[in-house]
Amino acid sequence: MTAVLEASGLGKKYGRRWALRECTLAVPAGRVVGLVGPNGAGKTTLLHLAVGLLAPTSGTIAVFGGRPADGSTQLGRVGFVAQDAPVYARLTIADHLRAGAWLNPGWDSALANGRIEQLGLDPRQRAGSLSGGQRAQLALTLAIAKRPELLILDEPIASLDPLARREFLQDLMEIVAEYGVSVVLSSHLIADLERVCDYLVVLVASRVQLAGDVGALLASHHRLSGLRRDPSTLPANQEVIEARHTDKQSTLLVRTEAPVLDPAWIVKPVSLEDLVLAYMRRPGGTERTRRSALGVVS
Amino acid sequence: MIRFAWLQFRMQAAVALAALAVVAVALAVTGPHVAHLYDVSGIATCQARGNCGPLISSFQSKLDAEKIDQFLYFLGIGAMFVVPAIIGMFWGAPLVTRELETGSFRLAWTQGVTRTRWLAVKLGVVGLGAMATAGLFSLMLTWWSSPIDTAAGLKTGNSISFIRLGLVQFATRGITPIGYAAFAFTLGVTTGVLIRRTIPAMAATLAAFTFIQIVMPLWIRPHLISPAHRTVALTTANISGLAEFGNSSLTVMPPASANPAGAWILSTQTIDNAGHVFNAATISACRDSNFRACGAGLGRLHLTDLITYQPASRFWAFQWYETAIFLALAVILTGVCCWRIRRRIS
Repeated sequence: MTAVLEASGLGKKYGRRWALRECTLAVPAGRVVGLVGPNGAGKTTLLHLAVGLLAPTSGTIAVFGGRPADGSTQLGRVGFVAQDAPVYARLTIADHLRAGAWLNPGWDSALANGRIEQLGLDPRQRAGSLSGGQRAQLALTLAIAKRPELLILDEPIASLDPLARREFLQDLMEIVAEYGVSVVLSSHLIADLERVCDYLVVLVASRVQLAGDVGALLASHHRLSGLRRDPSTLPANQEVIEARHTDKQSTLLVRTEAPVLDPAWIVKPVSLEDLVLAYMRRPGGTERTRRSALGVVS
Repeated sequence: MIRFAWLQFRMQAAVALAALAVVAVALAVTGPHVAHLYDVSGIATCQARGNCGPLISSFQSKLDAEKIDQFLYFLGIGAMFVVPAIIGMFWGAPLVTRELETGSFRLAWTQGVTRTRWLAVKLGVVGLGAMATAGLFSLMLTWWSSPIDTAAGLKTGNSISFIRLGLVQFATRGITPIGYAAFAFTLGVTTGVLIRRTIPAMAATLAAFTFIQIVMPLWIRPHLISPAHRTVALTTANISGLAEFGNSSLTVMPPASANPAGAWILSTQTIDNAGHVFNAATISACRDSNFRACGAGLGRLHLTDLITYQPASRFWAFQWYETAIFLALAVILTGVCCWRIRRRIS
């Protein structure tokens, strides 16, 4: 397993506030990685560090083993669609494609033109007059036509309507299948990520709370329900992520690699959404931070 | 990257070309007439015959009668002052700031071109466009006004003249407008990068550039080359008048012929025979504007006038110095932009 993206002790400070801190992460190649977290958790900061728009305050981040945006070769290996898919409003779609060809040595104009045609867009149309969904598609086209090995998308679907959202993700999946590109995409909408991601990173309050293969994460988390019980009496290999109690009953979300054999529990699998929400709700979690997720800029 | 920079600049370049075309037509239509008035005035050979004064006065009064020529002369000077400021505000300030505001820098800086190169090429393309625009404008204006400038340069006198070394005219002739344009443009880009908002950056650019336009001729240009001096003995016969500086200081003015032709007069001081600066206000007749008694009194004191000036022959030396200064400032500002873009901006 080679890592396309590797962060170690990565931190970014704006003034006196940490937008991201002590982030250690290794994203394997060939995956579609979902980066989830509440608004302001540091997702955008992490992605901007990964594409070299920001420089870290502490720690290191490496893309394909090198510093992000360090020279045109490095820049060519990563495709990026920023939040809200910025384009040049006064330039036409054709202008954007020409500029893409001039600026990127590996530009695939057949791919770019084909995608614009497939989307039914008029190349003479100004980018400023496109709908949000069309603009996102144009930005995705620009990012993919440079033939990157890693595609980084920051909230690509947040501003799209449900139909455009579905189409965008479908196109993304086709691109992944066709070109074998690794993808990192952020979202605060877990339901959308569930369909496309096979690897998950949960970022809460500027720290990584959870990272791993989606299948493995689902296999190692269980929802236990049974008679009310103190969570501290559980076996040592069962980490309690979330606990809820009524007068008579306890419902726990536990993480464990071993099967839960205690017959007092009714064991149920968890959905990805429940899993992520449990980690997001966790006050401070394993990192013992007391920061509120809302108080941090992204 | 050059083609991409051009793609974004072509609209502004088209506007500049159109404006230059309008200027070219206006000056080409009226220029030959100004040149014709000069040719028939006989000024070209007046120095040999020693009758420049009346010929120049006659030429200038004919020009004054042509309202359109007079109008274009002053409009040209005004426009040449404004052009670099406009370039700084509308080409410089938004160059990077607009990208920061719209977020399109996130698109630009993640293409296969490093952001340093991106900035360098953009600065190069638009900066050369700015210099070419100002240079062409200045070339046309210098050609159009050369008969007027030449005539004014031959005339002696201490009145506010139309010499090309003058406080106002100098920066609108020759090559200095190129330096001003390069400086104003990079000033706009730098304030934009530092302030990061287009409209305030435009305002700051205008304020800073106007300040420099005032500071340069008043306090810096006179010292670029150490000035020349000339002394003239004052007699009752040749005193041309008194000049009042401040409340209680009266300087005795030398005859108009004492001022070198076409020179930029920096100061005129009256010196008494002990070598001290003489104040004519110490003589009561002069203070009371009794000119006959004042003149007679002054004539007995063996006063001299010390004229500090920059000779007309230094015009091109000043042009090169001032251009070099502004180009050097432009290079420094470019460095600040590059450093800022590389280090700080997200």
